[in-house]
Amino acid sequence: MNLPISWLNEFVDVKDIDIKNYCDRMTDTGSKVEGWSVQAGDIENVCVGKIISVEQHPDADRLVICSVDVGEEKSRQIVTAATNVYAGAYVPVAKAPAKVAGGVSIKSGKLRGAVSDGMFCSVAELGLTLHDMPYAVEDGILILNDDPTLGDYKPGDDIKEILKLSDNIVEFEITPNRPDCLSVIGMARETAASFERTAKYHTPVLRAEDKNDNVRKYLSVTVKNSTLCPRYTAKVIKNVKIAPSPLWMRMRLHAAGVRPINNIVDITNYVMLEYGQPMHAFDYACLDGNAIVVREADEGEKFRSLDDIDHTLSAGMLVIADEKKPVALAGVMGGANSEIKDTTSIVVFESANFMGSSVRITSRALGMRTESSGRFEKGLDSEMTRIAIERACELAELLGAGDVVDGIIDVRAGEKPEAAVKFEPDRINRFLGTNIPEDRMVSILESLLFRVNDGTVYVPSWRDDVRCMNDIAEEIIRIWGYNEINSTNFRSGVKTGEYTPRKAYSLRLNNLLCSLGCWETCSFSFISPKYYDKIRMPNNDPRRKSVVIRNPLGEDTSVMRTVLLPSVLESLAHNNNSHAEDTALYETASVYLPAEDKTLQPSEPLQTAIAFYGGDFYTMKGIIETVLDDAGVLNYRTASKSNDPTYHPGRCAEIILSDKSPVAVFGELHPLTARNYGFDMPVYAAVIDTEKLASIACFDRTYKQIPRYPAVSRDFAFLCNADTEAGSIEEVIRRAGGKLVEKIDLFDVFRGEKLGAGKKSLAFNVSLRSSDHTLTDDEADKAAEKILHAVENELGFKLREM
Amino acid sequence: MKEKLKHIRTSALEQLDAADSTEKLEQLRVKFLGKKGELTAVLRGMGALSPDERPAIGQIANEIRESVEKMIAEKKEKLSAEFLQHRLESEKIDVTMPAKRFNIGHRHPLAQVEDEMCGIFRSMGFDIEEGPEVETDYYNFQALNTPENHPARDSQDTFYITDNILLRSQTSSVQVHAMERAGKPPIRVVSPGRVYRSDAVDATHSPMFHQLEGLVVDKDITMGDLKGTLETFARRMFGNDTKIRFRPHHFPFTEPSAEIDISCFMCGGKGCKVCKGEGWIEILGAGMVHPNVLSCSGIDPDAYSGFAFGMGIERIAMKKYSIDDMRLLYENDLRFLRQF
Repeated sequence: MNLPISWLNEFVDVKDIDIKNYCDRMTDTGSKVEGWSVQAGDIENVCVGKIISVEQHPDADRLVICSVDVGEEKSRQIVTAATNVYAGAYVPVAKAPAKVAGGVSIKSGKLRGAVSDGMFCSVAELGLTLHDMPYAVEDGILILNDDPTLGDYKPGDDIKEILKLSDNIVEFEITPNRPDCLSVIGMARETAASFERTAKYHTPVLRAEDKNDNVRKYLSVTVKNSTLCPRYTAKVIKNVKIAPSPLWMRMRLHAAGVRPINNIVDITNYVMLEYGQPMHAFDYACLDGNAIVVREADEGEKFRSLDDIDHTLSAGMLVIADEKKPVALAGVMGGANSEIKDTTSIVVFESANFMGSSVRITSRALGMRTESSGRFEKGLDSEMTRIAIERACELAELLGAGDVVDGIIDVRAGEKPEAAVKFEPDRINRFLGTNIPEDRMVSILESLLFRVNDGTVYVPSWRDDVRCMNDIAEEIIRIWGYNEINSTNFRSGVKTGEYTPRKAYSLRLNNLLCSLGCWETCSFSFISPKYYDKIRMPNNDPRRKSVVIRNPLGEDTSVMRTVLLPSVLESLAHNNNSHAEDTALYETASVYLPAEDKTLQPSEPLQTAIAFYGGDFYTMKGIIETVLDDAGVLNYRTASKSNDPTYHPGRCAEIILSDKSPVAVFGELHPLTARNYGFDMPVYAAVIDTEKLASIACFDRTYKQIPRYPAVSRDFAFLCNADTEAGSIEEVIRRAGGKLVEKIDLFDVFRGEKLGAGKKSLAFNVSLRSSDHTLTDDEADKAAEKILHAVENELGFKLREM
Repeated sequence: MKEKLKHIRTSALEQLDAADSTEKLEQLRVKFLGKKGELTAVLRGMGALSPDERPAIGQIANEIRESVEKMIAEKKEKLSAEFLQHRLESEKIDVTMPAKRFNIGHRHPLAQVEDEMCGIFRSMGFDIEEGPEVETDYYNFQALNTPENHPARDSQDTFYITDNILLRSQTSSVQVHAMERAGKPPIRVVSPGRVYRSDAVDATHSPMFHQLEGLVVDKDITMGDLKGTLETFARRMFGNDTKIRFRPHHFPFTEPSAEIDISCFMCGGKGCKVCKGEGWIEILGAGMVHPNVLSCSGIDPDAYSGFAFGMGIERIAMKKYSIDDMRLLYENDLRFLRQF
């Protein structure tokens, strides 16, 4: 909402208030100022000039040398290429040194040897368009005396004064609950309350209504659905003369950011800006018959809007129709079939109230967001249609745009009931934590045009946003001052705040992974479905079923990820491309697993993905085991996994818990996966089911006595097959040795010709210890014997012969 | 015999004085005091002396033994001190050569800010609450006093999954979950998390970002309490001198509503690049919980009142670290991540 201060001054005088103070106070009372500007602030030293003579430049065919009276003692010489200048013309002159629109500097200089002491200005050089200055020509100098609507002027007058270009314009951010503030009068009410001033509101006066004619001779109006259209007001103007509106109106519209069109259309826009009531004007001659019907459209009904776009309407959309066709889409836009033309001689003014949600649905469905729909959808005051239409007629008379026909059509379901809220000053003070005197509360409410009577607050018709105690409290405190509230502490008892267990574990895991040298990343939760291809996920993998966004920004962000790894690999690839040295990244976040039933929300379990280059498989295994240790997970098995196409089939493992469920998968990326991300070195990746881990993590610890008795250590080197997993032998050793086995270390892996093809030797150091006595040699030997037997019986491996 | 002893003494002390290594000292000890040493030899000859002479000679011999032993010990200490000194000198290293750094990673800057914020609120007794990101229309809008076709929905272009399921556009959706879970007041929670809006990516917009929501509901909660809470938070987060400023605003689910600025933590309010010369930085929206929201969650608005607030974690992180482009936060470039 752009508010020209000169317009505001017509209703409440703020001429004595510094613009910055004005803006600060308005922001403090709830009308947020986005900024303010001096209109045409970039134009300097441009004045009215009268051309005294025009002579051909001796050395240039296309230039003329003009002598110009600019109100100075001596006339100025100005050289121009413009062809529409003549002796006697009044023109805007940039008196060098000067500045024109866009801050362009104009200096004295010579053009083909002739001194030019300034420049004549076109509309563009004044920051205007032909809409603002309809009497001007497109590529020529603005000839002021062509515009009959300018006031008096003489050479030397500041052009900004003459063209009414010297206003302050304040830009407000109006929140959607306050459509009443999208108007000069609405802001006048706010200004008056904010500065404790009195505003004067204007009552339109119609002077010369032709009493022998009546609107009913021209028109009847029927409203079929009074819920969607609570009020429809119409008046008729005859003997219309379409012309540009006068300068003062054009420049007000220009300042407010609206393009002037012609007197009738400008009046509807002017009233909308002044009162906040969108209006519409039809060409009466284009109506079939004289009955206007406000009705719901038929399914599939055709409508061409003012901007010449064809629409197909749906049932339920509200239209203004004549006997045969829709002539306007209620509250959204008029129809091309009844547009005001230069030949229009009878105009119907419409000032109506439409239900906000209906206008909103229609404008969204047809993709037509207009100034009018934007206002209606916030909910407008049905009480203002009449004063607005009377103001429009008053302006039509003032502009000489036509003769107002007597009478008014005003169809409404009934008067809008006045809303009332209980006035509870004590409760309001308790709620706000303030001590505002009751009489001050009343005076604040009254300054905002509420009435307070007998313990009740009566709400003005334009304030549908005020319906309960909280609303009244807000009205009071915003004028009293939010910053006058004293800070206090609430009285609830002392307690500590807790994380959810899942959040607490994830925090711990994050810190652990960082301490292990991994860097946390953050990536979008939505990905491209192509991400699944990049990690070579099989086509029938259930994880390809994602939650799909119906209105995504693009394919790249169109589905909610079911796996985290691709995002982390993208980040790793990004760093690889920028030549980062050995790098380890991870992310812990939710993945989104769709429910079977599409009408239900997905589950959102936490997952962690880790990826690095510059280590090896066992580095990753070390990270995973450290994570498991930290979580207090002791019973798990590491099994090789060769069926996940993301990973190298011979270098991938999964961690299986005692309940046989997997909790992590890790390994070297399959070379084809690595290639998809542009890696030409081995990359290691892991995915941890963090949700699961959080649920089984155990941080209760019980002290176990530090061993008092010495350990006995025995070495075993088994001759086994080249593909034998060390883990399988360890498992047998642990089982066979029973609780005496304290630690098993694989200390040597040897392959060599001596052992024979397809063979290798795995050497383990086994540490045996009893918690309650020193092991005797005999006991240790017996345990060793058991281990040897078990390995031989279960796996078929014997000790390697030295 | 006396002469002999004197001679041994003189020659022992002379030789000891000249000794320059511990090995040499050991040799001398053996030479004079060992089983076959010179002093031992003399003492062995004492049997030939008369009983009158023995005590005196014995005494002299012992004195000599003691002084030689003492000399050896002193000399030994001196030599080992010299040796240590020499060793230390030879072991001198260049301390300006590069360190062997431990490779540890860092939390993402957004996570660091989020953790700091949660830490402050936890210390004030707020529990950390969670809620779904793929949310129903009810929790994201309707229960927050924002019915269908409410114009306030425009300011948050929402991603939809179905007509009824969407990506939450605000962490305020957790308010209602929190009230339902608690059953009845007192309620004191904050909830950080991801939110989504259909904004194209640029330096100041992202379709995914993070917010932290706060909610307090109890008997007699006042707007002054809201101010006190946010003031305490702002001082802990941005420094003890931080001031806060409330400006009236509108949110459908709070009434009265406010936007809240803090005095710029860079310049203290004088105006700088971080606050764009304003002296103030807008960091959050807040207000008193709308009675419709309380009723919707089964809490009697005549018996209880409450306040809610929400802030953008990206915004705070970007201001705190002077990050000028939001895209850096999701690119995960190590040259960026290493700085935090």
